[in-house]
Amino acid sequence: MGMDRVGAKQVATLGTKSGYETFEHGADIGIRGYGESLEEAFSNAAMAMFSIMVSDLNSIRPERSVEIQCESFDLTGLLVAYLNQLLAESDINGLVFCRFSPQIDAERFVIRDAPKGGPIPHGGEALGVEVKGATFTLADVRKEGDRFYAQCVVDV
Amino acid sequence: MDKERLERLGECLWKIPVQGAMRLPAYIFATEELVSEMDEKVYEQLSNVASLPGLVKGAMAMPDAHWGYGFPIGGVAAFDPDEGGIISVGGVGYDISCGVRTLLTGLTVDDVSPMIGPLIDRLFEHIPAGVGSEGRIRLTPERLDEVLVGGAVWAVEKGYGIQEDLEHIEENGRLPGADPGCVSDTAKKRQYRQVGTLGSGNHYLEIQVVERVFDQEKAAGFGLKEGDVVISIHCGSRALGHQIGTDYIQLLAKAANKYSIPIKERELVCAPIRSPEGERYYKAMACGVNCALANRQVLTHLVREVFSELLPRAEIRTLYDVSHNTCKIEKHLVDGKTKSLYVHRKGATRAFGPGREELPKAFRDLGQPVIIGGTMGTHSYILVGTDTGEELAWGSACHGAGRAMSRRQALKRWKGKKVIQGLAHQGILVRAASYRGAAEEAPEAYKDITKVIDATDRAGLAKKVARVRPLAVIKG
Repeated sequence: MGMDRVGAKQVATLGTKSGYETFEHGADIGIRGYGESLEEAFSNAAMAMFSIMVSDLNSIRPERSVEIQCESFDLTGLLVAYLNQLLAESDINGLVFCRFSPQIDAERFVIRDAPKGGPIPHGGEALGVEVKGATFTLADVRKEGDRFYAQCVVDV
Repeated sequence: MDKERLERLGECLWKIPVQGAMRLPAYIFATEELVSEMDEKVYEQLSNVASLPGLVKGAMAMPDAHWGYGFPIGGVAAFDPDEGGIISVGGVGYDISCGVRTLLTGLTVDDVSPMIGPLIDRLFEHIPAGVGSEGRIRLTPERLDEVLVGGAVWAVEKGYGIQEDLEHIEENGRLPGADPGCVSDTAKKRQYRQVGTLGSGNHYLEIQVVERVFDQEKAAGFGLKEGDVVISIHCGSRALGHQIGTDYIQLLAKAANKYSIPIKERELVCAPIRSPEGERYYKAMACGVNCALANRQVLTHLVREVFSELLPRAEIRTLYDVSHNTCKIEKHLVDGKTKSLYVHRKGATRAFGPGREELPKAFRDLGQPVIIGGTMGTHSYILVGTDTGEELAWGSACHGAGRAMSRRQALKRWKGKKVIQGLAHQGILVRAASYRGAAEEAPEAYKDITKVIDATDRAGLAKKVARVRPLAVIKG
């Protein structure tokens, strides 16, 4: 298996320059965000990840906020660290995050955010599957044309 | 996988010869059909593992091997600390000590069938499962340290089980060497409310019936006969194990650089066993193992509570508890000498043959029970470890069927409710925390476990003892 089996499907965009999607991976699932800025791509990657955990991310009310900061040694490392930090805060606070506004220092590889979210919903219809962690598999942050992409495989 | 690139050594044994940066060969245990179906990534990842320092004998892949994180899932590798051997995060995996425990009930299918509906409903109420579920035990992050050091022994001391359970768990329920000081506060904060929860994804609890016995003598030794009802619990170290993996990938990336170990894939990061970083990872990983063992022990207690309420005649005893994602210090024979090796099993089950001192008295002459979980709707198997398996692969076997179809494809094809209804028609009751989860885990999304089991048996890694069929399932 390799990149040839990776096929993207748009799940929540209207053909704009910004959005998120999931992509194929053998045992787990890939997430990808894109946008006109690095921040938008990271924010959409986070949306893609939390969209796996609930059936309808739009139904989550952004009523609580948590402050986070993390750093890494490069942009890809920063993406993985950011997503994992979000998952940790989601677990610790019992929240599903649905609004992101990251600020990225792309030279020192530092990210700050105050994601907003609401309580994890109940019931088989509303719940998705738990994302245990973001991984370095197929992890990549890149710019193509005027679009930024941020992606990785998450372990479910 | 392209068979032309392999050397065939036997019916179920293939070799990747040393090439490029590889220090030793790699071996794949599988039938021709399974090798053909394996992804090329297994070849690449096994070759990467075979390039690491201090590897002994070679890198190995079990019959269910597939693309993993650094190591292939189904990967086994032993490293010698005296020869500069390493310890790797990817060799253990994120869900540290994810595994299966099977419980005997002392009941037959005729005893349980009339009660199966109420039983699974009550278990589903009583056992926390799915996204955001919290355990019934209230701990603080500080008190969690006791769990990380004590494992299932902690749980039994707190009243969640009986002494006999401990003898039937690898490491007698507690892996020594755990140091909670090596585990981050974030990891502890994530976990302290999750002790005694099933989790999500492919984790499950099943009520099963022994449908067929292949080896009467071993089955009798394990306390199994056709028609018996057993319960299997598949889960791991939950958020804690994952956070340890995440934390140490960053730390060991720096270490690999410091010790000039070339790393082909980020999740293969490692450190020498005898280095401060390597020692620290081992101590943290041992905490992850103990967390998983405690978790399955608490879940066992919850099962007992439900049975004592609804079917008090049941006598719930632990058959055995196996772990899939571990690095353990084990004594093995290398060139006629006994050596202590760090054996990584990533998505592989320890399968010790008869005579090993680690086995409880009841199994020392028989070999270790090797529990291989299927998916809801398909069979699971109980095998027994062999002497041959020890010679071939440090006493290791497969761990499951492996996915045939991605989660996205499964979601496109099936609806969770339909999957559950379909299984109900086959006489398998499913209670799922998430319909999406049920769709992703549809039985048809997995490979045929029988082929993997037959290959394991024919390769001599472990021998078939019994096959069990699910009657009712809880999916996280």
